[in-house]
Amino acid sequence: MSEPIIETRNLTKEFLRDEFHVVALKDVTLEIPQGEFVTLMGPSGSGKSTLLHLIAAMDRPTGGEIRVLGHNLRELTDREIAHWRNENVGFIFQQFNLLPVLTALENVELPLKLTHLNKAERLEHAATALNLVGLGDRLGHFPRQLSGGQEQRVAIARAIVTDPALILADEPTGNLDAASAQEVLTILSKLNKDFGKTIVMVTHDPHAAHFATRVHHLEKGELMPDAA
Amino acid sequence: MAIPLTYNLRNLVVRRTTTVMTALGIALTVAVLLAVLALVDGLRVTLATSGDPRHVLVMRKGATSELTSLVTRMQFQDLKFKQGIATGADGQPLASVELITIISLAAEGSDTGDNVTIRGLMPAGIAMRHNVRLVSGRWFRQGVYEAVVGKSLSDRYPDARLGKKLRMGRSDWTIVGVMDASGGAQASEIWGDVNQVSADWNRVLYLSSALVEAPDAVTAKALVNSIGDDTRLDLGAQMETDYFAQQTQSATPIEYTGIFVAVIMAVGSSFAAMNTMYAAVARRAREIGTLRVLGFSKLSILTSFWLESVLLAGLGGVAGCLLVLPLNGHTTEVGANFSQLAFAFHITPGSMLAGVLFAIALGSVGGLFPAAAAARKEILSALRET
Repeated sequence: MSEPIIETRNLTKEFLRDEFHVVALKDVTLEIPQGEFVTLMGPSGSGKSTLLHLIAAMDRPTGGEIRVLGHNLRELTDREIAHWRNENVGFIFQQFNLLPVLTALENVELPLKLTHLNKAERLEHAATALNLVGLGDRLGHFPRQLSGGQEQRVAIARAIVTDPALILADEPTGNLDAASAQEVLTILSKLNKDFGKTIVMVTHDPHAAHFATRVHHLEKGELMPDAA
Repeated sequence: MAIPLTYNLRNLVVRRTTTVMTALGIALTVAVLLAVLALVDGLRVTLATSGDPRHVLVMRKGATSELTSLVTRMQFQDLKFKQGIATGADGQPLASVELITIISLAAEGSDTGDNVTIRGLMPAGIAMRHNVRLVSGRWFRQGVYEAVVGKSLSDRYPDARLGKKLRMGRSDWTIVGVMDASGGAQASEIWGDVNQVSADWNRVLYLSSALVEAPDAVTAKALVNSIGDDTRLDLGAQMETDYFAQQTQSATPIEYTGIFVAVIMAVGSSFAAMNTMYAAVARRAREIGTLRVLGFSKLSILTSFWLESVLLAGLGGVAGCLLVLPLNGHTTEVGANFSQLAFAFHITPGSMLAGVLFAIALGSVGGLFPAAAAARKEILSALRET
């Protein structure tokens, strides 16, 4: 087995909501090796999205340890996390989250603005990423001019344009029809197999889980032992 | 590197109605400020071009304006032979004793009268005003009831046009000429023979002031001291340029009132910009969350939204300049020392730049709080907002 790219030990996330104490994640200990395509499954409120957000350092744990790509995320400042995320993590949202006023090419170029590449290099990289997801002919299109499936493919191009080691996807097929969902899953599978990207995907869809190399189940904030 | 400016510009275009409304509010504020500055600047330019550095204005000691001054003919006889006064082509000293008084004239379409300055002066007085020239008609003759009116007056008052008879003092005066003064205050006066004017106003012996010309500015300054120190004359003297510079103080209340109004409007405009930007931040919460996930720092978010506010306000500033530009060169009048003074609105590139900077300052202040609110948003809560 390869080196673990993600390691969590007794990872816990608790918070107060309307005076109620909520345990979103409880003592999750998990290792995800490099090059895996992992899906996190479970009913609503099981803590799978919370775990994904903690891996992406979009949220801070209240207990336990989390190391991603060799970094102890609890020790990084906000600014260091922003830089780390830009370099190492590509994130795909259920609702695509493209910036509506920017074209497909400009949306994909956006993360490269934080690199040292010049404008021509940025555009070249962005165009390559869009070609990779089969949208080489839609560079100048605005999100409103694209179908849901195409929007999600632009979002995938944006997630991979900085060549991150880790791709995190939060229900990437949740808003898509079956055909578009199949396309998106095929692309993710290709990124895993052909480009060696480690992928962690949250999904409700058992069909989507078929593309994964490993499936973890969560329930009530706990990792189910059969999958650990 | 920062979030691209294209993102902000296109967002301004997308919500064009609120952009236009907010920019218009800022534009009106800038327009008010620029109009006031143009008014004050125009008045200052007029008064500044009215004086000649070789001229010395002689008045009663302590008098601050010609209207409240008193110079007797005897004093003038002693004055005109003082050393340092230049001589004219006729070999006579370039010195003119003058009587300044006012009459009431009704402007076109107005029932109420405005105070207009009448100046009785000697031929040397005309020769000394190098900025004054006739634009139509001829100069008045000595010993008759003839007058020449400034162009500004002739344009504004129907009774003061060429060929008209104007009731002044106890007589009817014929307007025989129209003069212009290259932007100077003399274009707002009516001139006549000093002897006729003083006789008509019963002030043959007691006139208002005297104007003398020195060969150069240095001699003029020496002359000011010489006259002031002359105890026999008992008169005060000052450079004509200094006199007009002091008259610009009449613009100060206008300037302060205008700036006060502009500041009040600026507070309102700043709140409008703030409101617009708060709405933009609320509507684009998910975009803010996405940008943070992509790796943009809180400072990048703050800068981006702040710049958007500055752009919006800058747009308003430019629109404000365009709104006020037609006023440039437009002639208006103001009451200065109890009489009307005509001058043109004077809009300079400098004042327009000041207007745009003023707008940007509004946008900066108004945009800072919404931009800070955008930067403070937690990623997850921002992503969950719809």
